[in-house]
Amino acid sequence: MIPVGFAYERPSSVDGALALLAEHGEEASVMAGGHSLLPVMKLRLAAPELIIDISKLSELSYVKVDGDEVAIGAGTRHSTVERSDVLAAESPLLAGVARTVGDPQVRHRGTIGGSLAHADPASDLPAAVLALGGTVVLRSPRGTRSVPITEFFTGVFSTAKEPDELLVEIRVPRTGGAGWAYEKFTRRANDWAIVGVAVVDGRVGLVNMGQTPLRATATEEALAGGASIADAAALADQGTEPPEDLAGTKEYRRHLARVLTRRALTTAAGG
Amino acid sequence: MTVKVEITVNGESTSADVEPRLLLAHYLRDQLGLKDTNVGCDTTSCGACTVLLDGESIKSCTVLAVQADQQSVTTMEGLSTDSDNLHPVPAAFRAEHGLQCGFCTPGMVMAAVSLLEENPKPTEKQVREGLEGNLCRCTGYHNIVRAVLAASGQDPDKAEGSEPDMVAPGFSTGSGA
Repeated sequence: MIPVGFAYERPSSVDGALALLAEHGEEASVMAGGHSLLPVMKLRLAAPELIIDISKLSELSYVKVDGDEVAIGAGTRHSTVERSDVLAAESPLLAGVARTVGDPQVRHRGTIGGSLAHADPASDLPAAVLALGGTVVLRSPRGTRSVPITEFFTGVFSTAKEPDELLVEIRVPRTGGAGWAYEKFTRRANDWAIVGVAVVDGRVGLVNMGQTPLRATATEEALAGGASIADAAALADQGTEPPEDLAGTKEYRRHLARVLTRRALTTAAGG
Repeated sequence: MTVKVEITVNGESTSADVEPRLLLAHYLRDQLGLKDTNVGCDTTSCGACTVLLDGESIKSCTVLAVQADQQSVTTMEGLSTDSDNLHPVPAAFRAEHGLQCGFCTPGMVMAAVSLLEENPKPTEKQVREGLEGNLCRCTGYHNIVRAVLAASGQDPDKAEGSEPDMVAPGFSTGSGA
């Protein structure tokens, strides 16, 4: 399968990318690893007129502690995130979830920023950053702004990012030794999650249970109120609108969300 | 529009003016005539098109040739000097009969080379998980896993995580040899 033809620019800096976005934002798509964008272009579900390739911008690839948070460059590849010593110590959920994305070849190319900007509700990392209560940093020639992850995802494949903005950084709180777990239910090894549940420090993020990644707020509130894991997990599908497709019915996904939440909470509690 | 790319492939400089939409797999196969790299599913699933980009396994159906500009690619053709001097991984695939129809083999071999670069002595479980991005529709996984363990210098029957009582025995020619 061949994408529709497009023009191609490979800026040598973030500022160069921002200048191109300012000029061509509506018609352009930013490509990092290309592992979300290129497949949809090959299927001709997307046909940007211009690709702005940021895959070689090393200034967007880093993982570092910054105060109470870990800052991750948007162009950091999944294979780097999964093996990061900083994340293993400070935010092991993120490293653990990155390890479940796709397969090794995909993780050698795909980036954390690309995964978040693509905003597929079936993706693993958006729900993980949501469970962590992270922030995304967006830059444009107009300036830099931080958006709480709770306000970033606005629908399937859509975010609060403006056409002239570039997602440059993801920030997550340092959770250190807090219990965490990720339960991902797939039919085959490198499939998308039918449902996934990320748990860290009493917060629960749900994969593929609605138009965006979701927090299981009823479960979180029950836990905070002293409910047992079993009782709290039984509320995990409250307020969700899961999709229905070949992989499962709505009711099946609701069932999975409850079961996987119980498993993830149990693992995170050391059980 | 075309863009000039310069890609080192199997140690040799290559260059071409290409459309930005040209996939790396097609650059290798059609521009350079390196047909070992197969295109299977064309959807980032099967891994038949796996090559090394700067030493790491990637699926060349999901990378643009222009994205590999100024980088180094290794294909199956670049691993061994000739058929009598096979690289240890394809040599192990031959010895352990880690192939049936052979279509997935170049991708499997390149994924295995990358896996062993990152983890020189994997357990059987790590081999199986490390090859999760490669599909064999002959379902010859058993001997493929044995081949990767053998290529790492381990006895496939004794590698950590191996369960010889639980799985089929190694390939036999039936010759008694």
